[in-house]
Amino acid sequence: MSLIPVQFKLNGEDKAEFVDSTATLLSVLRDKIGLLSPKAGCQQGGCGCCTVLVDGAPQLACLTLAVTCEGKSVETVEGIGRNGALHPLQQAFMDHFAAQCGFCTTGMIMAAKALLDSNPNPTREDVVEAISGNLCRCTGYQPIINAVLAAAGGGDGHRTS
Amino acid sequence: MPVTVKTFDRLRDAVSALSSDSGARFLGGGTLLVRRLNEGRSEASTLIRSTDRAIGEIRPSGSRVFIGAGATMARIAAHRDLGFLKAAANAVGGPAIRTMATVGGNICAPYPFGDFTVALLALEAKVSIQSGYNKRDVSLEDFLAGRGRDNRTVISGVTFRRPDSERDFRFLKVTRSRPKGAAVLVIATNLNLRGGRMSSPRVAYGNMAPGPIRAKALEAALNGKTLDKAGIAPALAVATDGCAPVSDPFATEQYRRDVLPVYLERLLLG
Repeated sequence: MSLIPVQFKLNGEDKAEFVDSTATLLSVLRDKIGLLSPKAGCQQGGCGCCTVLVDGAPQLACLTLAVTCEGKSVETVEGIGRNGALHPLQQAFMDHFAAQCGFCTTGMIMAAKALLDSNPNPTREDVVEAISGNLCRCTGYQPIINAVLAAAGGGDGHRTS
Repeated sequence: MPVTVKTFDRLRDAVSALSSDSGARFLGGGTLLVRRLNEGRSEASTLIRSTDRAIGEIRPSGSRVFIGAGATMARIAAHRDLGFLKAAANAVGGPAIRTMATVGGNICAPYPFGDFTVALLALEAKVSIQSGYNKRDVSLEDFLAGRGRDNRTVISGVTFRRPDSERDFRFLKVTRSRPKGAAVLVIATNLNLRGGRMSSPRVAYGNMAPGPIRAKALEAALNGKTLDKAGIAPALAVATDGCAPVSDPFATEQYRRDVLPVYLERLLLG
């Protein structure tokens, strides 16, 4: 089977890979490049744990063909920290006990980052909507919502509209 | 079955390739076809896609609106001239799905999906279909009934008339799984209010049949009536006429028939 060249930016760095035309972005990230933060959950678009940012917008890596990322910018949790420091969302998830088993966490963080990048001052309802495509079977969501609000405002994460 | 993805710069070249390969399907945002690929249940041997920017265009022009088949739900929801469609676009999945899901894909989505199409049906949208190098327009209703559908054609976009007032256009998706999930039912209206009375109103349902449908008995009963409890009461009695809901994991057929008039009354009087 012939492979297709695809070039894109991954966490700010140029990447070039030869991929099968039907390879998903998730399989390329995990199996070819070795970035394991996007998780292979349902692979049906229902759980959100493979959420990455493509050109700044949240997208499900399991339903995204790698060839469609040609010339685009892909961002995963591995790329959001700066100078060795955690991203404020990562720190807030730790501070607010927003991760238990951790399987949904990276998708949650990327979905939340998409929100905060476009809306730095979200309401609780905005956060609920932003993570509405991401399932968590451990936390009951409230610590996650509190963490996102805390990362946004630097407060205690209990702000409402 | 091995599957191949072919990419074309121009839509017409993609359509041409589609028409010459009976095992090919057109790939939009991928939320349905790539899912089937992941499940090993792809019916297609070839997925054809196009990077033609024209299929993603959104062009409001006066009272007419054109939305390219490749326009995503996220772009529609964010479009400053399409505020009346925001609720319908946001009814489709979570934000990551909406970044990917397209209008063309929603129209072709199998039951229980296709919530946005219900809105388009209430707006009496026309579907532009490209086959080979030819284009034609058919009503969305005919397209959904299979009268305009052909696997070797591609939807290039939809056109509809903007509601006279945002108050005319109403949309409701009822789900049991919060905050997102497949619908128990979907209702969209274009009430066409004239001096407090509905004039040739249009109402469409989702998941009240195996595909989106117009509620024609209801429309006829609402025509000329005032938008108040007494005015709509006779129409509510025929709200499920012509419906053929199915029982599925989200609701039984009977439940759908029982709750539709309740939600419809709330939507109309809300």
